[in-house]
Amino acid sequence: MSISGDSRRPSRTLRGAIIALSLAFVGTGLGTPAHAASEEPEIAKQPWSFSGVTGHYDRAQLQRGFQVYQEVCAACHGMRLLRYRNLGEPGGPEFSADAVKAIAAAVEVPDGPNDDGEMFERPGRPADAFRSPYANDNEARAVNGGALPPDLSVMAKARSIPTHAAFAPLGWARDIIAGYQEGGPDYLHALMTGYEDAPEGTEMVEGMHYNAAFAGHQIAMPSPLSDDLVDYTDGSPKTVDQYSRDVSAYLMWAAEPKLEERKRLGLRVLIYLIILAVLLYLTKRLIWSKLEH
Amino acid sequence: MAQHESTYQPNTGVERWLDDRLPLPRLMHDQVNAFPTPRNLNYWWTYGGILTFCLAVQIITGVVLAMHYQPSAEMAFDSVEHIMRNVNWGWLMRYTHAVGASMFFVAVYIHFFRGLYYGSYKAPREVLWILGVIILLLMMATAFMGYSLVWGQMSFWAVTVITNLFSSLDSIIPGVGTAIVEWIWGGYSVTGTTLTRLFSLHYLLPFAIAGVVVLHIWALHVPGNNNPTGVSVKQNSDTIPFHPYYTTKDMFALTLFALLFAWFVFYAPNYLGHADNYIEANPLQTPPHIVPEWYFLPYYAILRAIPNKLLGVIAMFGSIAVLFLVPWLDTSRVRSARYRPLYKWFFWLFVITCLVLGYLGAKPPEGAYLTFGRIFTAYYFIHFLIIMPLLGAIETPRATPKSITEDVLDKASKGDGDAGAIAGVSGAPAAPETR
Repeated sequence: MSISGDSRRPSRTLRGAIIALSLAFVGTGLGTPAHAASEEPEIAKQPWSFSGVTGHYDRAQLQRGFQVYQEVCAACHGMRLLRYRNLGEPGGPEFSADAVKAIAAAVEVPDGPNDDGEMFERPGRPADAFRSPYANDNEARAVNGGALPPDLSVMAKARSIPTHAAFAPLGWARDIIAGYQEGGPDYLHALMTGYEDAPEGTEMVEGMHYNAAFAGHQIAMPSPLSDDLVDYTDGSPKTVDQYSRDVSAYLMWAAEPKLEERKRLGLRVLIYLIILAVLLYLTKRLIWSKLEH
Repeated sequence: MAQHESTYQPNTGVERWLDDRLPLPRLMHDQVNAFPTPRNLNYWWTYGGILTFCLAVQIITGVVLAMHYQPSAEMAFDSVEHIMRNVNWGWLMRYTHAVGASMFFVAVYIHFFRGLYYGSYKAPREVLWILGVIILLLMMATAFMGYSLVWGQMSFWAVTVITNLFSSLDSIIPGVGTAIVEWIWGGYSVTGTTLTRLFSLHYLLPFAIAGVVVLHIWALHVPGNNNPTGVSVKQNSDTIPFHPYYTTKDMFALTLFALLFAWFVFYAPNYLGHADNYIEANPLQTPPHIVPEWYFLPYYAILRAIPNKLLGVIAMFGSIAVLFLVPWLDTSRVRSARYRPLYKWFFWLFVITCLVLGYLGAKPPEGAYLTFGRIFTAYYFIHFLIIMPLLGAIETPRATPKSITEDVLDKASKGDGDAGAIAGVSGAPAAPETR
């Protein structure tokens, strides 16, 4: 049984209808403007030394970022997954061994029990985990008006920006090709520079602060940075923008300490695979050339 | 052609001795080296080898990860970070395993669409197809459990949402659903107890998959490969030995696939994941959007498209279950879509439907998203339950070539023309291919 005169092809009308239907489906499915765009603020991508195939951290930037963390963030935020020795390891801020010892020794670390069964405090060693500012979450909440300052160890991977929430055709493909993985630092930079006066008519909740980058715009953390707050010794500008870039880079390293090792190895793996693919293609062609196909 | 004569020649004393006791070398020679394979397989046929590679990668990296992972609510999240930070090459193992799950699904979905396009499920390959669907189900269970082990916010809430689906059985027999859910949880909510059993099963199921893969390959080697023409192998000239022809072709394709794999592992390892999963599981705080991994998005869209919870769950499982029936839902006499002018269009419409459902699964179920979710969910089932059976009756297939050899040699002599064009020259009627 045939649905058209020509038994080999479907009727022109039917074909047309199917094409139109498919296009309509694709158009409506993918063209619907995303709701998220209105809820979540647009955040601009920033240039980072660690983006892209050959990306690596800027040691001086990581050291400055650690300084900002130590002098500002560490008052409320812990980084329990890091150890002081990490600060001297390759691919990080690469502080000297003596500097790492000094940073660790400046902290009193709980230890014990000793031979008498007593807990005691001693100066930190490089193998110790970063000391948290609070004994436990309850203390942290009590001190911060009910809000819990989150641990920052993997913060740079636990936040991102809605890269393709706004209508961006093939934005997802661009991100794959670019190897875009810097949504975390982009967000953190926007957050720390996003404090501003609430627009007219905004109902602010008691104890909250207006932030342009924060979802819902009401954040418990007061603006942590201000110009000239941290005394840089390498001549870098002492501005909120610079502080926030440096500490975002530092947090990215903290979340992804093996990034340099990963990207270096990745390049070798890709080159190896490309050469292998060419050789295998030639082999395959040679073998198949003996055969009509 | 199915049960070809063994061409194995034991050349050494050891081989002859072994051949009388456990003829493993004979099996390998006949089923790998000399296995007669249609000479016209295209690159869509390389995904079988690629999937075997994916399974091997997941098992090897997974076994290493399990040596360092702690399946307890208190330690799971930190032990994953311990692997990332303190274990030598731990970051490579973990990122390869995480990206590997996604790559496994990329490959398996392509493999399925290949089967649907070329009618690889039709007689005599129904069992082969059904085993494939079973592998898909096992893969989905394994991937879901593996994702829970990270014990981040998305892990925790995905487990909560998915295990809770069983509570919908309460609307049939009150209490049964709740009892099942509590049995799965090992308590009254998702806890470390749940995590430990998910870990145990996550370690077990890949070996079950490996077992079914062996059956899948066995079921492939009885009827032999389908091929792009869908015409059965009829003569010796239709086939070539698997080695060296397809070993080289598969290796080349696998290397290209490995390039894509490596790109994600080294340069976009977290692209396919979700930032929220780097926040440790917190039973007291629900994330604003609970979204599954990309490979589950179409099913998630189907689940949410239906207002009734139980029916939604049935539709979601039904979207896989319907695949078991495909060999009998397709009533066409011709296997390959190459000679099926109508089915070809509906095939691509179905591919688009799956992609759109995936897109909708990532969006909140409201407004236009929900409306389209319902339309495409309906079409997903219409494709299998109405269009497939109907096409066999109303479609007039184009003439298929008399044999694979004829198709290949015609094409070789004319350059790479459309296969449909030469089918007319051969003038063969649409040969009944199915039994």
